[in-house]
This record gives sequence, structure tokens and C-alpha cells, in this order.
Amino acid sequence: MEAYLRRTAVWYGGVGLLTGLVLRSLALPPKYFRLVVHEIEVMGVQSLGVALTAAIFTGMVFTIQSAVNMARFGAESYVGPLTALAILRELGPVLTAILVGGKVASGITAELGSMKVTEQIDALRTLGVNYVKRLVVPRVLAALIVFPLLTVLADAVGLLGGMAIMFVERGADLYAYWNVTTYWVVPKDFLTGVGKSVFFGVIVTLIGCYNGLSTEGGTEGLGRATTATVVHVTMGVIVSDFFITKLFLTLFY
Amino acid sequence: MGTPVVEAIDLRKSFDSNEVLRGVSFALAKGETLVVMGGSGSGKTVLLRLVAGLIRPDGGQLRVFGRYIERLTEEELLPLRRRMGYVFQSAALFDSLSVRENVAYPLREHTSLGEAEIAERVVRNLSVVGLSSEVLPLLPSELSGGMRKRVGIARALSVEPEILLFDEPTAGLDPTNSKLVAELILQLRGGVCDTAIVVTHDVELAKTVADRVAVLIDGRFGALGPAAEVLSGDDPAVQAFLAGAAR
Repeated sequence: MEAYLRRTAVWYGGVGLLTGLVLRSLALPPKYFRLVVHEIEVMGVQSLGVALTAAIFTGMVFTIQSAVNMARFGAESYVGPLTALAILRELGPVLTAILVGGKVASGITAELGSMKVTEQIDALRTLGVNYVKRLVVPRVLAALIVFPLLTVLADAVGLLGGMAIMFVERGADLYAYWNVTTYWVVPKDFLTGVGKSVFFGVIVTLIGCYNGLSTEGGTEGLGRATTATVVHVTMGVIVSDFFITKLFLTLFY
Repeated sequence: MGTPVVEAIDLRKSFDSNEVLRGVSFALAKGETLVVMGGSGSGKTVLLRLVAGLIRPDGGQLRVFGRYIERLTEEELLPLRRRMGYVFQSAALFDSLSVRENVAYPLREHTSLGEAEIAERVVRNLSVVGLSSEVLPLLPSELSGGMRKRVGIARALSVEPEILLFDEPTAGLDPTNSKLVAELILQLRGGVCDTAIVVTHDVELAKTVADRVAVLIDGRFGALGPAAEVLSGDDPAVQAFLAGAAR
């Protein structure tokens, strides 16, 4: 138990220290901007398929479940706003962060962890390179751009999926569906969801980077670190979602 | 004698309960090659990593280029490290980059040289270590162990170091390649970089390149002095190590 608590404290402390180092190293030399662009491509473009497939099916499932069950209370006409609020405020940002975050962060851990165990991080340091600036900051900056953008796309695709399934399965009038939805849903609902995704992007990227940079124990340790990242990212998004939601509700509701 | 390039006083380093260095002291003058010998796990690499500032000492003082490096932050250490060339035992080449990009890496990071000038310097550094431009497009995984070591040295030379730190430069190499690397270190001393710390358990390498030899025994220098004196001296602990190393 004591060892577990010690490891946990070291992990939180380490992520905190890395966050501090990133904040101190945010000013990148111009030649590093191409790294940010490269990371945007790796994180964003290559994750589009995963994010959008999850979004459209989640939108459809949530909508059809809501429609069938709300019909029992005579409230099927409110399926549109209910679905939209759920997707915009929670499902869009959270699912995107868990799916894309898991994929992106485990990739980062594998890459940085492999560099760590083969002494390539030390090689960077001996060449006088600030490895946080070179390896971590471009990824965090890319996440700040990629996660909100992917969330916006996931929101749109999820809403469209919901509308499509209501039309196909329940014969809903799309014009009425859209009108009721836009009557109840306000820009704040959309913006708070996108705002969350900014935090999620930073959290998952920092977790991926920290677990990679702290990898020890050769290839076995690398496997452990990559697996741990998937768990940490999932838990990190779910737990931080509660606190960010609470904060946003206090600030903006 | 001017200020030593590296000066260690009572240097100590432990990992958990394992006390690896228990008070190492030495001074390395400009133009000198110090070979640090010792068995596996004796703390040779730890000493080298301390000098490069990759890890921090637990006690004692370590001055490199006149600065106490245990007091410097990682950021303050960066310009200091650009004055050193560190050659890793595993070469530690960037495995996703070609030989060309590996050797060019420090130049791209720290200089504003144009592509033509960088290409010219890469070829020049590779020729110093005896490699032709045919290896330029190859990835590290396509190189032999000896070639990887030499590319590692070429990359270290790209920062135009004032001191070279070699970690087991001949480990894992066949006798021919070991001899080539030893000759290369000698050749570098005569021109590109005249000051070096070489960590090794290879007695032949020590005989070839050392001005002074230190032998790490039980976390301290069991012997430190001119190569001929230490290697043929009568210290029983040192001779026991050398006899083991020779076997």
C-alpha cells in the first residue's frame, strides 16, 4: 500500500513538474513550428476516422434509445434537444478525448519511451537540445488545436447521425426536429463542450509524454508504460470531466 | 597548468541503497586523455553521465569548464553540453533518421548554416571517422555495430566539442573494429579534439590512448596516474582487476 501511494505521488508530482517545464518552454524557435504542423497531422488527420466513426454511431445509438424510451412518456419531440445537449456538452468532447486521446497518447508514450530506453533522449540532452521544447511542447500545442477541431467535427457528425436515424427509423420531420433542437440549444452548450476538449487535449498529451519520458525497464517497461497510458488517459478524461463540468457550470450557467 | 577542464572533488552517487561512487576525485587538464577503467557495475558510466550533467551527484563537487554543474539547471547545462561530445556505448543514434540527418542534427539545431554547408560538414565529419558518403542515406538499423559507433562519434564531433566523453567505445566490437576505434580516438586527439575521458574495461584501448589511467574499485579510484605506471604497477586490487579484464 505504501509503495502504491508513493508511486502515485511520484506520478502526479512528475506530471505536475512536466506541466511546469512545458509552461516555461512554450516559446518555440520558428524552426520548431514544422514539428507542430507534423504533430497536427499525426494527431488530427490520422485520427479523423476513429473520431468520426465513434461520433456517428454514438449519435445514432443515443438518439434511437432516447426516442424509443421518451416515446413511453410522450416526450419524443424533445429527443432532438436532448441528444444535442448530450452530444455537445458531454459525448462529443469526452468520447473524442478518450478515443483519440488513447490512440494519440499511447503512440506518444511508445515513441518517447522507446527513445528513453535506447538513450536517444539522453543523446538529445548531450547535444545541448532542450528535449521538453523539442518533444513535448510541439505535441501539447498541436493538441490545443487538434482536440477542439476534432470535437467540433464529432459534434456535427453525431448530431447528423441522430437526425438521420430519427428520419429513417422514426419517420421524424427533419424541419421540426431541427427547429426544436435549435430552440433549446444555445451557443454556450456548444462552446463549453469545445472548451472542455482543450483541457482534455492538454491532459492526455501530458500523460502520454510523461509516461514515455519516465519509462524504465527496457522493452518490458515500455509495454507497461503504453498500457498504463491508455488507462491513465481514460481515467484522466473521465475524472477531470467531472471537475471541469462543475467549474463550467459554476462559471457559465 | 591552467584551470582543469573537469575537476571532481569527493564525488558521490547512490541509486536507492546502492552506493556506486563513494568519493571520486580527479582533475582533467586540457589536452589530456583520462581512461577510467573498472569492472561492470563499478560506476564508470555513472561518472561519465555525471560529467555530462545527465544525472546529479549526491555529494561532492564537480566543476566542468569552470562551472559547478551540480548547481546548474537543465537549461543552464545546455550551452555547457554543446562544448562536449558524448559517445554512447550503444551509439544512441536517432533510429528514425538517416546517417546524414543524425550527423547533421546538432548543426540544424544550433547553427543557421545553409544546406550546402551542412552537407559539406556532414561528409567531412564522416570522413574523419573513416566513413564514406555511401552511408549517408542509410538508417542506423542498416549499419554494423562498428559503423554505428563511428557515426555516433561523427555526430558528437558536429558540435565541435572541446572535450569528448567516450562510454565503452570498443564494447561489443571485434578486435579489428576495436583497433580501428582506438586508432580513431588517437587520431582525434592529434587534431579535432585533444581532451577526452574514455570509460572502458578494454586494457588494450587504455594502453593505446591514455595519458593517465584511473581504476574504479569499490566506488573510489583505486589507482590514478600515468598509464604505464598504473597498468604495470603493483597495487594488488588494480592488478586483480587487470588480470580479470585480460582473461
